[in-house]
Amino acid sequence: MLGRTAASLFWMSRYIERAENIARLTEVGYRIALTPDIGSGHREDWRSTLIAAAGLNDYLARHSEITAEKVQHFLLFDRDNPSSVRSCLETARNNARAVRTALTREMWEALNSTYIDFTAVKASDLGSGKLPEFLDWVRQRSALFRGSLLGTLLRDEGFHFGQLGAFIERADNTARILDVKYYVLLPTNESVGGELDAFQWETILRSVSAHRSYRHVYKDRYRPWNIAEFLILRQEMPRSFRFCYGWIERSLEGLAEILGQSPQSRHDASAILSDLKNASMDEIFQSGLHEFLSSFIKRNNDLSSRIAVDFHFL
Amino acid sequence: MKNQAVSDQGGGKMRSSAGFDEMIRPDGSIRPAYQKLSEWLGGQSRGLMAKKQEEAEAIFRRLGITFAVYGDSASNERLIPFDLIPRIISAKEWRFLERGIEQRVRALNAFLYDIYHRQEIIRAGRIPAELITRNEAFLPEMIGFDPPRKIYSHIIGTDIVRTGENEFFVLEDNLRTPSGVSYMLEDREAMMHLFPELFAAHRVAPVERYPELLRQTLESVAPAGCTGDPTIAVLTPGIYNSAFFEHSFLADQMGVELVQGSDLFVEDGALYMRTITGKEKIDVLYRRVDDAYLDPLTFRPDSSLGVPGLFDLYRAGRVTIVNAPGTGIADDKAVYAYVPDIIEFYTGQKPILQNVPTWRCAVKDECAHVLANLETLVVKEVHGSGGYGMLIGPHATKAERAAFAKKITAKPSNYIAQPTLSLSTCPSNVGKGSSPRHVDLRPFVLVGDRVRITPGGLTRVALKKGSLVVNSSQGGGTKDTWVLED
Repeated sequence: MLGRTAASLFWMSRYIERAENIARLTEVGYRIALTPDIGSGHREDWRSTLIAAAGLNDYLARHSEITAEKVQHFLLFDRDNPSSVRSCLETARNNARAVRTALTREMWEALNSTYIDFTAVKASDLGSGKLPEFLDWVRQRSALFRGSLLGTLLRDEGFHFGQLGAFIERADNTARILDVKYYVLLPTNESVGGELDAFQWETILRSVSAHRSYRHVYKDRYRPWNIAEFLILRQEMPRSFRFCYGWIERSLEGLAEILGQSPQSRHDASAILSDLKNASMDEIFQSGLHEFLSSFIKRNNDLSSRIAVDFHFL
Repeated sequence: MKNQAVSDQGGGKMRSSAGFDEMIRPDGSIRPAYQKLSEWLGGQSRGLMAKKQEEAEAIFRRLGITFAVYGDSASNERLIPFDLIPRIISAKEWRFLERGIEQRVRALNAFLYDIYHRQEIIRAGRIPAELITRNEAFLPEMIGFDPPRKIYSHIIGTDIVRTGENEFFVLEDNLRTPSGVSYMLEDREAMMHLFPELFAAHRVAPVERYPELLRQTLESVAPAGCTGDPTIAVLTPGIYNSAFFEHSFLADQMGVELVQGSDLFVEDGALYMRTITGKEKIDVLYRRVDDAYLDPLTFRPDSSLGVPGLFDLYRAGRVTIVNAPGTGIADDKAVYAYVPDIIEFYTGQKPILQNVPTWRCAVKDECAHVLANLETLVVKEVHGSGGYGMLIGPHATKAERAAFAKKITAKPSNYIAQPTLSLSTCPSNVGKGSSPRHVDLRPFVLVGDRVRITPGGLTRVALKKGSLVVNSSQGGGTKDTWVLED
């Protein structure tokens, strides 16, 4: 397999995952905006959405004020924002076009028709409450793509590169969401936390579609300690660090087996996974949640770069 | 001004007429090859055809069969319109075309070998030396080099037009990097899906083996030193190229890698592609990148589409480039006028397929003739392609002709002119039922250990009523092309 083909499969998956995550973040931002009597105002909440989407600086470079309409446009349609849903779908499709031969017809059709349908939607079509429906659609299309990949793609190198892209992106996304709100998750907040914090906690869980599964796992009201644990260490939570790294390690092992050589990235991933397995929330809070999250985001990024080197992505 | 006055006097006797109808004879009867299709057409409702048309478009769009139109940034990917009604060529007609094409491609490959070696044809006085030496398409870098099997152009798309019962003309030879074969294959695929009953009623020669034959052809020209199965790759300029879909399609169908310049490097006397484990050697490179961009060390230094060092490797016989660099000298529009002489010189036979009479503006008398008859002629740029930069005299306004005359006078050697041929017509699905539209034909030819011509080819159709321009970049469509078996 060409290094470029591996890179395209990796980035195709990453961008589809990102499109889904941006849609999810936008939806949460939208919900908050519909709940005007809680908190310190919408401005700040759209700001944290932009931070979680890693787009605040890009946004402020072009807009002087943060308004719901402008942020939504920026996150969904802006061609100049490389992480807008439009840009993500376009980048994913361009990567897919370049490696058409490595995809199944189902995967290509899922991606191509999503892109074609998306380009037919205008921002102005989304007034009067149509936004949630549209965001749902984006998530469904991402699910369709993932489903086609899982259901039809041969379990060879290409599959593993696709998995790596999806889970590295997902781990990054979960970490960013936590980091934007880490302060409301500190244990000291639990005693002082009022209605505002409860709302923020729910927001975090919604951002990763985990507000209902939380109850199943913890059978308890929202507690910041549990929420942090859920998204970082619980292996049954499909967007947690631990879960993502389980798949990342498995894919790198799969590649090592197929290729008959064990790249550096495999050892790096195993080290991250083993740290997550051995970690406890006690230690994480003691050494600082924010520091822990920053360090994880960096390690995750470094792993991505290492994979690119190991497999000759160019 | 004088030119304009003269051309105004040029008679309109060659003004395009309705053209030869491939289905219906002048007396209204149906030609035998079209008998069953005609009956079937009569039984189809307009509504059904419209529904099938939509279905076809959905198939093509979903598969991503689009092409990019240069200079059209708003929608840079479009579908080429697909015409549901197949074109039919009888077995007898096809045998004639096949013989003519094979003769032509063999002669042109012999010409290329000669031109890059002893240039006997120039010594014999059959073509002028300056036609070659002053031609930009002539690559001095190729002089004295023997490509495997002495073949230069392996993959050819000969453009043919029909004007009468037994009148076929070769319009262009397309010996460089012809495209369109993926449309031939996908059009057939779509038709078999949409109208299986039509295939049951006809004996249509299959085209599906093309990718396999292409692979065999490429394998047959592997470098002499290559032992075992040669590794083949298709080189594309990338996803923004108008024919990217085809590059990807062909690589997939042959089961070989689709590579870009950045995937390749030259090391220790071999061409490699970068793979996830390191590198893999390539023996035969089917390139869809123009000569000038192949190797920045030999040709355009600013090219990032090619591979530094590729050309030296090629000349050392370590890798085969298909088609060979420098084939453009044989399909150059100025050389085109000499192809009948070229065929006679290398085969000792009369050409089976006719050339379109061509006036070269580089020759003074011929230029004067062209300027005096612009109203009846098609004028083309010598190096142009895709229907850009041409004048169709009979369809142009007086002002357009005057403007074009100025361009010709400014640089005569840049132009050739041909009579406006009245292209044949085939029934086409144009919304209001079927109606005749002008067509051309591009059969696809493979030259390796033997010459392989896929029965049929790509029929391009000018969907606009009365239009003679079939290029997809100018609103032309495609249709499936059936060669009937006896």
